[in-house]
Amino acid sequence: MELHDVWFVLIAVLWTGYFFLEGFDFGVGVLTRLLARNRPEKRVLINTIGPVWDGNEVWLLSAGGATFAAFPEWYATLFSGFYLPLLAILICLIVRGVAFEYRVKRPEESWQRRWETAIFWTSLIPAFLWGVAFGNIVRGVKIDADFEYVGGLGDLLNPYALLGGLVTLTLFTFHGTVFVGLKTVGEIRERARTLALRVGAVTAVVALLFLLWTQADSGNAGSLVALAVAVGALVVALAAVRAGREGWAFTLSGVTIVAAVAMLFLSLFPNVMPSSLDDDWSLTVTNASSSPYTLKIMTWCAGIATPLVLLYQSWTYWVFRKRIGTQHIAPDIAH
Amino acid sequence: MDMALAPETLARWQFGITTVYHFLFVPLTISLAALTAGLETAWVRTGKEKYLRATKFWGKLFLINIAMGVVTGIVQEFQFGMNWSDYSRFVGDVFGAPLAFEALIAFFFESTFIGLWIFGWDKLPKKIHLACIWMVSIGTLLSAYFILAANSWMQHPVGYRINEEKGRAELTDFWLVLTQNTTLNQVFHSFSAAFLTGGAFMVGIAAFHLMRKKHIPVMRTSLRLGLVTLAVGGLLTAVSGDTLGKVMYEQQPMKMAAAEALWDGESPAPFSVFAYGDVDEGHNTVALEIPGLLSFLAHSDFESYVPGINDTNETLREKFGPGDYKPIVPVAYWGFRWMIGFGMASFSLGLLGLWLTRKKFLLPAALRTGEDEVPHLVLLKKPLGPRLSRLYWLLALWTMAFPLIANSWGWIFTEMGRQPWVVYGVMQTRDAVSPGVSQAEILTSMIAFTALYAVLAVVEVKLLAKYVKAGPPELTEADLNPPTKIGGDTRDADRPMAFSY
Repeated sequence: MELHDVWFVLIAVLWTGYFFLEGFDFGVGVLTRLLARNRPEKRVLINTIGPVWDGNEVWLLSAGGATFAAFPEWYATLFSGFYLPLLAILICLIVRGVAFEYRVKRPEESWQRRWETAIFWTSLIPAFLWGVAFGNIVRGVKIDADFEYVGGLGDLLNPYALLGGLVTLTLFTFHGTVFVGLKTVGEIRERARTLALRVGAVTAVVALLFLLWTQADSGNAGSLVALAVAVGALVVALAAVRAGREGWAFTLSGVTIVAAVAMLFLSLFPNVMPSSLDDDWSLTVTNASSSPYTLKIMTWCAGIATPLVLLYQSWTYWVFRKRIGTQHIAPDIAH
Repeated sequence: MDMALAPETLARWQFGITTVYHFLFVPLTISLAALTAGLETAWVRTGKEKYLRATKFWGKLFLINIAMGVVTGIVQEFQFGMNWSDYSRFVGDVFGAPLAFEALIAFFFESTFIGLWIFGWDKLPKKIHLACIWMVSIGTLLSAYFILAANSWMQHPVGYRINEEKGRAELTDFWLVLTQNTTLNQVFHSFSAAFLTGGAFMVGIAAFHLMRKKHIPVMRTSLRLGLVTLAVGGLLTAVSGDTLGKVMYEQQPMKMAAAEALWDGESPAPFSVFAYGDVDEGHNTVALEIPGLLSFLAHSDFESYVPGINDTNETLREKFGPGDYKPIVPVAYWGFRWMIGFGMASFSLGLLGLWLTRKKFLLPAALRTGEDEVPHLVLLKKPLGPRLSRLYWLLALWTMAFPLIANSWGWIFTEMGRQPWVVYGVMQTRDAVSPGVSQAEILTSMIAFTALYAVLAVVEVKLLAKYVKAGPPELTEADLNPPTKIGGDTRDADRPMAFSY
């Protein structure tokens, strides 16, 4: 295995970490409308991810930074090519971060309501758009001989990619619902369980469709295994929700995300961004990667930093392991 | 295409707007993280309540600020790919590495431990809680270090070779990129300027409360801490500015010639205090100069030759071929002056304040004040009258944003002064933009970011003002009895969280 293959795996790991972690916090954002019935419940939801969402989001910045360093051509083509969707994601992430932090800083009803609306939409839109982006990466887009994206915005909004968007949106929402079941106490916990069954059923249908389509279009033996794991885990996750085994349900919805992302990357390899115009114009791990020297340094960095990050982020989750309910939210809102 | 709306121009404006805006928050975040950590350390060590109240007060302002710093930083990570894809392709092998290091090491640190600090008051024993804010502080410093190393490489590329076959720059010595003198000097200069900024911020707000005789014990301590930070930060900013300037005279003579609007080389060269020039003609019509000072700034003596814009342009043409290698001279010239002027004004105010509020040194015993009294402002032997005292407090309040202006102009100067290069001597800015991105796309993103940032600026400043006016919070029982084990107290399962969103 050469270093650029290692880096293909590492980039996949960073994206997997991102979708696993920010997946449930996007889901929680969507649930502020779908599950919460009043402001205290909304606050319970937001506080389940309060201490961790920021750390979760850094997985995206790491994926971006690592792509820049390890596969500059991929970074350049992807972010200049998917310009407007990426712009929308960035705007959402900016507003979302500020919304979490500022919502509680003023007691006025209108102020808080505005930020709550923002939290909902800025969680929903990126959850959808990441699926669209990855759908397009796997499917291949119009890339010319200079590795420039030459398609338009319309080309990115094709049925396959849109279905991909629906998958990430529903899967993240399901993941979030299961997370809420694990992190809350009281009535909201019960309702989360009921909702998880419904969202999970919808997720299963769209995910199965999308993954089968992916397998048919660009699959291989490896991706088939990942597909089986993803679908299997999702089904068992649903069973665990029914049985009230919250820890298992969350673990398995996580496995679903990991396997689904793995499947996308497995069907991609050795391409990183295939061209739909000519196979010779596809970006691959070879022609898009950095020099061996840079990759070596980066491997050292990631090899040491990533396990440490996992360690101290896990510790954070352990510190905040207690379930929360409406009784834990201080009524006095001006902090 | 109309130059004003050419993609290159738009991309540059967008980079300028988003970066200067981002950098309003960065220095405050760096310094307030460390200052808050210092105050919390004092609380943990002495158990004095005023330190905990100060920690909570400044910590709140720090959080309002860092939220903006973090979210505007996301854009920075991605806009190289969006608007500068040819730049990214060409330099990614070199420039990407420090960015990835920054994310993997510094951002994770910052973001994870900030969550622990915000929500951890009733979950962590106080020493561990304290360790969290220090981790955040270390994260902010590391983050700044890596990104400054990346920028320094654009100012003075080292440790790389050009791969002709692949048409790109490739890293050969990462250690050199991290430790070259440009990096070390820029880091020194930016860090000290960050503390100058935080010091002025603290002094301004403390002055506001002391002027109205409110929250005296906390604000007295804050004033002291702020003044010392401001004075030390200011001094180090001046020293590091001087050494960075000397490095730049060697590495980018054009930038420094433009900073002085020195059109033709002179020996000894004067320092220009004021000039009004005709850029096309290549000379100044009005100039006010201090003889010999520029020679000193460049080479530490009052005699030596300093090359001018015209001669440097000629040298660069010989080296890089036909073309015009000078930046927009008035921007460099005035940017340089505003950077120094606004920064040094704050520094002077800090020195003055440190003297006026001295505790014992050359101070008549009768004028010494206790912990719950507003300090007298004493020039020599007598306190200043009420009007002059008030004037000092007001000055401190109204100039607390001066370092922000200085920082912004510093960056505008150093980035615009490097033009037409994006990587000095290696790649020109016009070759760096994304060829596949349309004018309409760049215009859309520029308008979207600018409008959003403008709205957020209003929201942020109003929030800051609200929490500044509210002053330090009263302490609760829970604040004074932090948990003794990780995860918090388990006796009362329904106790509300100390902090919730």
